[in-house]
Amino acid sequence: MNRPFGVDLGTPSGIALALLPEIVVIACALVLMLVAAWRHGDERAERLVGQLSLVGLIAALATVIWFWASNLYPSRTVPEMITLDPFRYALDVVFLLGAIGTVLLSLGYLGRERILVPEYYVLLLFATAGMMLMAGASDLLVLFLGLEVMSVSVYVLAGIQRRSAASAEAALKYFLLGAFASGFLLYGIALLYGATGTTNLYLINLQLRGGAGDHGLMLLFGVALLLVGLGFKVSAAPFHMWAPDVYDGSPTPVTGYMATAVKAAGFAALVRVLITGFGDAPGIWQHLVFWLAILTMLTGNLVALAQRNVKRMLAYSSIAHAGYLLVAVACGTTLGGSALVFYVLAYTLMTLGAFGVLSVAGREGERDVRIDDLSGLAKRRPWLALAMAIFMLSLLGFPGTIGFIGKWYILTAALGAGQQALAIVLVLTSVVSAGYYLPVVMAMYMKDETEPGTIERAGYRLGAGARAVVFAAALLILAFGVWPSQALSLANQGGRALRPAPPPVIVLPKD
Amino acid sequence: MTAFLNAIGYGHWVLDALLVLPLLAALLVMVTPERHAKHVAFWATVVEFVVSIGLWWAFDPHMSGMQFEVIRPWIAAYGISYHVGVDGISLFMVLLSTLTMPLAVLGSWKYITSKERAYYALMLVLTTGMLGVFMALDLFLFYVFWELMLIPMYFIIGVWGGSRRLYAAIKFFIYTFVGSLLMLVAILFVYMTVGAHTGVYSFAYGHILANAGLVRQWTFWLFGAFALAFAIKVPMFPFHTWLPDAHVEAPTAGSVILAGILLKMGTYGFLRFAIPLFPHAAFDPTVSAVVVTLAVVGIIYGALVAMVQPDFKKLIAYSSVSHLGFVMLGIWAVTVQSVSGAIIIMINHGISTGALFLLVGMIYERRHSREIAVYGGIARAMPMFAAILTLVSLSSIGLPGTNGFVGEFLVLLGAFQTHPWAAGIATSGVIFAAAYLLWAIQRVLFNREPDAENAKLPDLSRRELVVLAPLVACILWIGLYPQPILHRIEATTSGWVAQMRHGMPDAGLAHGPAGEDAP
Repeated sequence: MNRPFGVDLGTPSGIALALLPEIVVIACALVLMLVAAWRHGDERAERLVGQLSLVGLIAALATVIWFWASNLYPSRTVPEMITLDPFRYALDVVFLLGAIGTVLLSLGYLGRERILVPEYYVLLLFATAGMMLMAGASDLLVLFLGLEVMSVSVYVLAGIQRRSAASAEAALKYFLLGAFASGFLLYGIALLYGATGTTNLYLINLQLRGGAGDHGLMLLFGVALLLVGLGFKVSAAPFHMWAPDVYDGSPTPVTGYMATAVKAAGFAALVRVLITGFGDAPGIWQHLVFWLAILTMLTGNLVALAQRNVKRMLAYSSIAHAGYLLVAVACGTTLGGSALVFYVLAYTLMTLGAFGVLSVAGREGERDVRIDDLSGLAKRRPWLALAMAIFMLSLLGFPGTIGFIGKWYILTAALGAGQQALAIVLVLTSVVSAGYYLPVVMAMYMKDETEPGTIERAGYRLGAGARAVVFAAALLILAFGVWPSQALSLANQGGRALRPAPPPVIVLPKD
Repeated sequence: MTAFLNAIGYGHWVLDALLVLPLLAALLVMVTPERHAKHVAFWATVVEFVVSIGLWWAFDPHMSGMQFEVIRPWIAAYGISYHVGVDGISLFMVLLSTLTMPLAVLGSWKYITSKERAYYALMLVLTTGMLGVFMALDLFLFYVFWELMLIPMYFIIGVWGGSRRLYAAIKFFIYTFVGSLLMLVAILFVYMTVGAHTGVYSFAYGHILANAGLVRQWTFWLFGAFALAFAIKVPMFPFHTWLPDAHVEAPTAGSVILAGILLKMGTYGFLRFAIPLFPHAAFDPTVSAVVVTLAVVGIIYGALVAMVQPDFKKLIAYSSVSHLGFVMLGIWAVTVQSVSGAIIIMINHGISTGALFLLVGMIYERRHSREIAVYGGIARAMPMFAAILTLVSLSSIGLPGTNGFVGEFLVLLGAFQTHPWAAGIATSGVIFAAAYLLWAIQRVLFNREPDAENAKLPDLSRRELVVLAPLVACILWIGLYPQPILHRIEATTSGWVAQMRHGMPDAGLAHGPAGEDAP
């Protein structure tokens, strides 16, 4: 690692440097908006915009990696609006990988489904920039800004398939409930400001440490509302009602994006707020998150059992995984944070891969893929079936896959924090999850096609991009499942950054 | 022989080779043409067996600890390493596995007609998984192998199984999964607690065993979590309900491996992990009484249920419940004889029950039925088959002169010292075994044939004789001269028993004599 060098976030150039990854993404989005306005309406233009957006995302990814490798740190000791730490970088990598994967999946999918809207990629870039702001925020207002940039873009993406009633319904539902959740979040921020006099997470932390034990009602309500708002974004039960309908109705690559990157961003914000801001006062929030986690794991896993439609099944499975991630949050420790970072990466790989397979499994114009539609897939498309089986086993948490290492890490964190009950609920609900992941494997390998020719009709034409995503995800899942050391140590850096130790010397601003 | 093995540095690479070879062979099978897959798989398993057989000579019978150990860091930051080794208990489990695999491949020769490449590749992966379980000396690694063998078995049952294969496969998977995930939590809990107290976070078996006293206050919970995983695998009554389904629906080789090796993982788990790590819980008077009672119930229940089965394969499946009950009784009796006997039964059951499943598979390939009632009078048409089936059945019953006798005799001998009542009742299990097996033989081999087709069945082919010959040889060899095996087990078992008795002076063994029972 290079010698660390300080960035003065008080100067415009310092801020610009610190926000370079976000700036790269947004600049690219703006340029693409012009390109899209210039050349509109045909498939070639759309592909061009998609390919250009890949360039922007990869440039941003390179910037993030450069930041991480060169070990930047804020040189001034006053609280800043944004952070420069491995937590932010790790999450940025996940968001960018998720976005790159989504673009690659979309390249073939949009053409096939006749969604000729080049702005699709522009929105994707804006959403990604919003997420990156959320992960980098050390101030509740920046966090809220990021959240809104992300959410508004994703609302539109959900409804981008204008001719489909389901897509419109999904977008409307997501928008109405999402706007409501944003309201909760904003009100929570306002109450926190009222209680502590600041929106900066480090200052809030300092306040709580100073006035230990004295948590007024305003503070409690503020935290609770914040949890509601972010709980909605990560689809934690009981705020998950929107997720199945929205996932089901949106175009499949968008669903993959919502299930992975959007969820990861919600969790990034959640742990940043709870562990950095309220880490010294776990009494306020830990029991709330505890029950949220249990409820989410139970709801997600039990309801997923009853699904016959693969997309809805994956929607509920994503709720279940939100529950596992909440276990990591409920630990309230930096180890929990590390586990969360690692699991978010694992979850992104396996879910994006699974949605990648689904995006080619759907018949043209038809959004339902039932589990039985996958019957006999192993015979016709052995590699695709193998990849899907790897995704399912990894989601199940089977050794040899990254999903297992991720679950193991969360369990370690939970037991380290004395949360035995959560660990036990986690493994028991994981057993339940075998009841819906395995039928997919069974359908592919152990059943014959229900009606001959299903698979031909269903297409299963993977574009080069989608193929790259599916097989890269499968390979990474296995590689990290067997050699996780590097990824674990990076995740560990990310988690540790949540509680900078020793705490930064903070000079209170004069007002 | 020993000199030769030393010259080639056998002890340094043998365990690695045994674990890696099947995986490489599996890759090779995947790229060979479909019709050659079984040949590649067969020769790979033969090579595997030949490599493993050197352990017989290289193993030092006077050492009670681990031998041929290999340690390499894996996820070093969390104290996870690739750490393998064998002692007198695992030695024979390893040899049993490597002996069974070529026979299982040969036994599938004609039975498996579709997707052969995938089938044989899975068999080879399964080999690595099983051997890994018996060799692992790192709890994390152990868990990984423990789960790893679940997937190939799940596919073998689910893809190549009988008519109710999907149900059997998922039942097998979920039963095993419930137990093992709770065990994972227990493993992590021990790891965290031991780490927090000693400052060394490590999954190494030796480290955790040495500091197992630190988790004394949670010992019952932890033992429960481990015991559940292993009890399901054994399977102990009342966790056995997955077994008849899985055994019956699996293809012949699947049943052979399930019965011959996978069940032993449960008893092995008790011997290696659940009991040594938590002796206070394991030999608590109440726990001990419960386990011994369940073992005896399993012996009697398995035998009685086997007696009324119309399906020959199911009959053998239930007989496993009965035999494994003897193993559990032997382990919980904690005498050198009973524990040695338990290990001998583990070996024997693999040989005899494996042979029985193979025999049933052979007549199934001829008549496509497992119903006992379909057969009858086939001894006239198939004299070789009849002779071998009779011999194997007698060994399974435990007739003196066959291998079955040695194990059950030692277990009962040992158990009479500590649990006389249980041993007394268990003895009747031997009689029941005679009843169900002899009756089944009578109906299959003798009687009048219900169907003219039975008189025309071809006798065993040369391939089938090759499959059965090694098993028959083992039956007679262990039955007549078990000394070489006992000799290699002895140091480990007496070390184990001494350690267990030393570990809990007050609990559970108060009513049993200690120490004077070395043979």
